[in-house]
Amino acid sequence: MKTKIRIATTSLGGCFGCHMSLLDIDERLIPLAELIEFDRSPLTDIEHCTNCDIGLIEGGVCNSENVHVLREFRKNCKILVAVGACAITGGLPAMRNFIPLEECLAEAYIHDIGVENAQIPNDPELPLLLDKVRPLHEVVKVDYFLPGCPPSAEVFWTFLNDLIAGREPSLPYECVHYD
Amino acid sequence: MTKTIRIDGDTIPFEEGQTIIEAATAAGIYIPHLCHHPEFTPHGSCKLCTVNVNGRNCSACTFPAMEGQEILNNSQELQADRQKITQMLFVEGNHFCPSCEKTGNCQLQAVAYHLNMLDSHFPHFYAHREVDASHAEVLIDHNRCIFCTLCVRASHEHDGKEVFAISGRGINKHLIVNAESGLLKDTNLEATDLAAHICPTGAILIKRTAYQVPIGERSYDHQHIDQVSLALVHTDEN
Repeated sequence: MKTKIRIATTSLGGCFGCHMSLLDIDERLIPLAELIEFDRSPLTDIEHCTNCDIGLIEGGVCNSENVHVLREFRKNCKILVAVGACAITGGLPAMRNFIPLEECLAEAYIHDIGVENAQIPNDPELPLLLDKVRPLHEVVKVDYFLPGCPPSAEVFWTFLNDLIAGREPSLPYECVHYD
Repeated sequence: MTKTIRIDGDTIPFEEGQTIIEAATAAGIYIPHLCHHPEFTPHGSCKLCTVNVNGRNCSACTFPAMEGQEILNNSQELQADRQKITQMLFVEGNHFCPSCEKTGNCQLQAVAYHLNMLDSHFPHFYAHREVDASHAEVLIDHNRCIFCTLCVRASHEHDGKEVFAISGRGINKHLIVNAESGLLKDTNLEATDLAAHICPTGAILIKRTAYQVPIGERSYDHQHIDQVSLALVHTDEN
């Protein structure tokens, strides 16, 4: 049996919209499943990735856990792909970068309407927030970027097919959108 | 005899007094640009129109066309330089396309698409910039200003007003308006002024018009900026 391409996916500071868009390739998932298998991914519930060919990461780097996960992906994936606006620019979560972290937390957990037992969560299990949300390329080396919010199903399909076929991935004009 | 220059090996005519970008546009050759506008005095600040003239780089929007010029425009090296310049513009401001109503009609975004820019490459500044929503009909979002001065020039040269100016230097450079309060509502800007419509990004917007043209039907959704840009110029001439 031919060895399948192993793909790991995760969402850091993302909304899983990029994952939903990947699933939007619909029935093409079936021929794709002949060629690939998923390693660590919200689709498999595998907790850690090991020896993958491709790592797809959506979302920016918002907290300490995101940094650990991103480094694990970089270490274990031959090709690391920043997927979507948040992974590439920080995106929507990065809009908090203009507000001091303490004010952000106070707004959400102390002053917001309807807050009961107001306190800033500080359980040691919770990952600490970074001072600023960062795009992936500011933390690790990223090999490819798929822009879009989210990138369309067509982007995933074109990109993965190019990569699996051993071609340099190339997106047609209509596939490149930042929104 | 017609005077000529050569751009990427093609011989094109020019008239005395034309800049390289004017001669190129008249001949149907697109040179990427953001701060250049055919109706206004060249500013030469965005550097996207950098071309190589007889071995030296210069801005096509300010450099006069002269007999015997051998010009490189669409070379791999220049396109790579232009992509880096565009990436610098993106990380210097805060250009969150998914939350910007100008998306699809934005020249900064369209130039980036044209140059196949897929990432921002540089670390983002995340500079703190304000929004001025004081005016009843026009909004300034300083996050998206690239200091091209098109609003400054349009206000001065076309509208006969002095609503906008650029203040400060280097990293402190910013757009200011002509009012003691510093607010747009206290200027004599009207929504019908050209200055309110000329912004190549989403920095100056007319309120309540955001999604009149739906996403998917906007200027650059299906067409490269070179096609749109050249078509516009030729429509204006007709």
